[in-house]
Amino acid sequence: MRPLQIIACVKVVPKPEEVKVDTKTMTIERGEVRSEINPPDMNVLEMALTLKEQHGGKVTVIAMGPPLFEPYMRLALAMGADEAYLLSDRAFAAADTLATSYALAQGIRKIGDYDLILCGEESSDGATAQVPPGIAEWLETSQITYAEDLEVLSDSKMVKAKRELAGGYEVIQVPLPCTVSVKIGANEPRFMDMERKVWAEADGPVTVWAASDIDVEAEMIGLPGSPTIVDGLAQAESTERKREFLEGTPEEQAKVLVERLRPYL
Amino acid sequence: MTKSLYGAKEASGIWIYLEQSQGQLEGVSLELVGKARELADGRGIPIVGVLLGDQVGDLAQEAIAAGADEVRVADDPLLRQYTTDGYARVVTEIILEGKPDILLLGATPDGRDLAGRIAVRLRTGLTADCTDLKLEEKSGLLIGEVWGFGGGVIAYIKCPDNRPQMATVRAGVFAVPKPDAARKGKVVNVPVKLSEKDIKVQVLEHVVGGGVDITRAEVLVAAGRGCQGDFTLVNELASLLDGEVGWSRVPVDEGWVSRDGMIGQTGYTTRPKLAIVCGISGAFQFTVGVEKAETIVAINIDAEAPIFEAADYCIVDDMFNVLPPLIEAVKKARGGNGGR
Ligand SMILES: Cc1cc2nc3c(=O)[nH]c(=O)nc-3n(C[C@H](O)[C@H](O)[C@H](O)COP(=O)(O)OP(=O)(O)OC[C@H]3O[C@@H](n4cnc5c(N)ncnc54)[C@H](O)[C@@H]3O)c2cc1C
Repeated sequence: MRPLQIIACVKVVPKPEEVKVDTKTMTIERGEVRSEINPPDMNVLEMALTLKEQHGGKVTVIAMGPPLFEPYMRLALAMGADEAYLLSDRAFAAADTLATSYALAQGIRKIGDYDLILCGEESSDGATAQVPPGIAEWLETSQITYAEDLEVLSDSKMVKAKRELAGGYEVIQVPLPCTVSVKIGANEPRFMDMERKVWAEADGPVTVWAASDIDVEAEMIGLPGSPTIVDGLAQAESTERKREFLEGTPEEQAKVLVERLRPYL
Repeated sequence: MTKSLYGAKEASGIWIYLEQSQGQLEGVSLELVGKARELADGRGIPIVGVLLGDQVGDLAQEAIAAGADEVRVADDPLLRQYTTDGYARVVTEIILEGKPDILLLGATPDGRDLAGRIAVRLRTGLTADCTDLKLEEKSGLLIGEVWGFGGGVIAYIKCPDNRPQMATVRAGVFAVPKPDAARKGKVVNVPVKLSEKDIKVQVLEHVVGGGVDITRAEVLVAAGRGCQGDFTLVNELASLLDGEVGWSRVPVDEGWVSRDGMIGQTGYTTRPKLAIVCGISGAFQFTVGVEKAETIVAINIDAEAPIFEAADYCIVDDMFNVLPPLIEAVKKARGGNGGR
């Protein structure tokens, strides 16, 4: 069997419950917010590492974002990835899915060798799920979205996976190289290896690339490269709720509740 | 700026990708036709459907009855099943030929698979997973409402220069329009220039159907991790109330149930009259999928669970203690009503 060159695309996101909008300036207050690896991308790392165990090869992590992402790249190395690249440059900032998928695709081109590009199903902050097919298009690879149970048939250079559908699933097989979006919860992400963590923090191979380090056209990245713009932001209004706590034994609560719910019975 | 393959000056019309599976239109496609009709009325904007498949011509009339003025049909045995490469190619050709101003797709797995791919091919902007659409008063630009950060933030997105302005829209956020069988529209068959070697995707297995559509349920009883995989009481209560059963993501991840009834950001948006939520903590990503409910009941063993902030009636207790007497009480109340 041929070894596999696997690229794992990872994003670092603010913990959703801590994000607030400043409704005066209409900006997102990120100051105090703690970050984490986008939870669906943990499924990506797990899948990449499992495939490497099965086939041999290499897992390369790539991310685009500010320097604060760097320690999280090291967490990915501590989980078992071999090396990491961070595309970090003010010029990349405020990118929409077109500009993001372009920059990531160009970063992956620069890494060079790839059979599989694994992405998370969606990010918990942007939640567009549109970057993986975008990368696939820029790099002209095949694609499988919402995938689980990935099986690489490396001799025939194909990959087979179960793919989520509206009200069902399908099993499809496509040629490598392939860009895959891994279904959320497709696996149980492993924990970091503590010995690797020490190594990753001190000597882990994390390379930071600025825009000038990869072959990108300035007008196609970041804000200038983004055809969509944010026209406004609002804090989601939650519906006013009664929040009536029912008291007593379960029987008493049930009785009161049924009275409250009369109109629906 | 990345230039799209055609510009705003040449573009016109709201086009809708009519997703079909096994000879049936996805509900969200009809919802989009209905919404587009509403947006277009008074502005004289044509509504055009794009339909791909194998012997699916009959479905064109359904889209016309829902409000489309025209449907372009690409009918070919090679389009019998959705494949990214086959469909992206044909849809791109149809778009470049017709140059729509706006292109809407349902945010289904296939709709998103296709939208993400062709948006890059057309070098245009895509607003993903919209929960509402409007046209800007003066410019007529499409504004998509989307959730960010697990539903805590709403953003309004537009695409001023590139065409088409693309958006995917979540199922269930718009109503299905009442069909008007007398409506007349044009059906245009487009030639399909596709050969077998253009399709590299092999579909080995394809299983759909049988699932219920929770986006239309009037009563929803939902359970999460707290049910420990035992949906017996939840099912019983739902059927007593003529409702459907839904769940949070944990039961899906645990393999207890499929994704059909999953509520929330990655699941469905529901708007029942009554939602009874049992053993669900109430994470943002869940709550966004039920917050449109008229009345929410929460049953959770933990008084601090965030779900209680989103509920009208709150019961702090083990769901397995509460549901049996609740079921009895409902039976009694319904009996008193003479049942239904
Ligand atoms: C990108 C992303 C997208 C996501 N999309 C979704 C989505 O679409 N939908 C979704 O649901 N989640 C989604 N999630 C996950 C979400 O963040 C939560 O993890 C999930 O909703 C939790 O499900 P739960 O409430 O069932 O489980 P838990 O959070 O584990 O809560 C279980 C609750 O049950 C209570 N409980 C336990 N036993 C009992 C009992 N016997 N009786 C009564 N109560 C009991 C507990 O007190 C607890 O509150 C997403 C996450 C991410 C990162």
